[in-house]
Amino acid sequence: MGEAVARFWREIPQRYNLIANKCTVCDKIFFPPRDACPYCRRKSIGKMKDVKLSGRGEVVTYSVVHVAPENFEEQVPYVIAIIKLEEGPQITAQIVDCDVKDVHIGMKVEQTFRRIQEEGYTGAIYYGYKFRKAKT
Amino acid sequence: MREVAVIGVGLTKFGELWDKSFRDLIAEAGSKAIIDANIEGKDIDAIYVGSMSSGRFVGQEHIGALVADVSGFSYTHIPATRVEGACASGGLAVRQGYLSIASGMHDIVVVGGVEKMNDVGGTSATETLATAADQEWEAFFGATFPAIYAMIATKHMHDYGTTKEQLAQVAVKNHANGALNPNAQYQRPIKLDAVLNSTMVASPLGLMDCSPVSDGAAAIVLCALEKAKRYTDKIIKITGSGQASDTLALHARRDITTLDATVHAAKKAYKQAGVTPKDIDLAEVHDCFTIAEICAIEDLGFVKKGEGGRAVEDNITTLDGSLPVNTSGGLKAKGHPVGATGVAQIVELVLQLRGEAGKRQVKGAKRGLAHNVGGSGATCTVHILEAV
Repeated sequence: MGEAVARFWREIPQRYNLIANKCTVCDKIFFPPRDACPYCRRKSIGKMKDVKLSGRGEVVTYSVVHVAPENFEEQVPYVIAIIKLEEGPQITAQIVDCDVKDVHIGMKVEQTFRRIQEEGYTGAIYYGYKFRKAKT
Repeated sequence: MREVAVIGVGLTKFGELWDKSFRDLIAEAGSKAIIDANIEGKDIDAIYVGSMSSGRFVGQEHIGALVADVSGFSYTHIPATRVEGACASGGLAVRQGYLSIASGMHDIVVVGGVEKMNDVGGTSATETLATAADQEWEAFFGATFPAIYAMIATKHMHDYGTTKEQLAQVAVKNHANGALNPNAQYQRPIKLDAVLNSTMVASPLGLMDCSPVSDGAAAIVLCALEKAKRYTDKIIKITGSGQASDTLALHARRDITTLDATVHAAKKAYKQAGVTPKDIDLAEVHDCFTIAEICAIEDLGFVKKGEGGRAVEDNITTLDGSLPVNTSGGLKAKGHPVGATGVAQIVELVLQLRGEAGKRQVKGAKRGLAHNVGGSGATCTVHILEAV
């Protein structure tokens, strides 16, 4: 791909640490963080506050990916899912460390820090969140 | 607002068209529409063209002017504008053309849609299509475009008991229709087993649940209704035009299996046309994947939420059913040159409403609906057309 690296490191707070933000007008939490709350709109400007998410949630839906882009080819078949985090936001991420057949809607999961994709043998490696079956 | 009619339509064949370039395709569709409309170049006030990603597919941007140029309009200096909304680019172009006439600014406008997808390899085409999804928060983590629709399918099956067989039946029906369409990419019927046993792409969707990579172009000529009689006796009126947006990423939606953009665009179009879903005789809907057609017939109000799979199983949407859907073969069998799709849907409705759809003609069709979606539902247009 050969993009400038800035577009990847500026996402570090979210991709490494699940930093979300909260509208202090209505208390709704957004991930990724939003500049304005889509419910309170102009009232929320300047009133969005960073919060760290727990990384715990459950599977809303999923798919087992068999045909993947080049940067993900080594990982197939892998599970991609939408996860509802316990603070409210829903995110898209992989479910790992389990048999793909064990993944189901409602499964409790927790965040883990992993390699997401790599640009071939010599390109950049990108890290971020994946999820695994919750231990508790 | 002035009323607007479609007075001409043109379509290239859809498929893997190795001997045709991006420029050839749009010029061919445009010329056919202009000849069909019985207008001359000097009559045209403006051009709108929908294309999702000419930059990535053929390395060419600035295609508004390009399309005017290759169609022979550069020295008339008429405005030519490219419109983009991923796979809904065509529907958006139709709406922009419609608005420009309704507003009183223009009298006659040519709307085109085009995509040349086979000049890049399959992997590159798939990656380009994925740019319709949220690149930062979906694709980055490994969500492919089929996987996003597959997640809608998983949830639909879980919540409503929709089956893989019902999904497959959408493909079977659309191939049966495509077999009757001389411009379709796939003109052969297929069996249910072929869909069910096709290579898994993103579970539960196999290769035959997915629309293909296609080349093709479509064009229509729009005209102020009050002037349309000068050119044709077979006037097809646009009675409703709705457009709506939603979050780019599927995960941020109100409901995973409902495309709220479809619901809202449809509501606006029905209201403007003064009709309800029951008044629609046939529909061209955005079946980029089989599950998408099931969601579409629900979100457009033809059946209740959750009953789309059953409706397909009960043959309600076949050519001889009570509501024929995708008589053209849909994106699945007719092909899906993304920017062309929304315009091609209008072409199919016009042919049906004129009674010129040949072997796939829906008898007595008076009112049709076209539904075009961008991405996994972040953009949607709905148009309602009626024979005058």
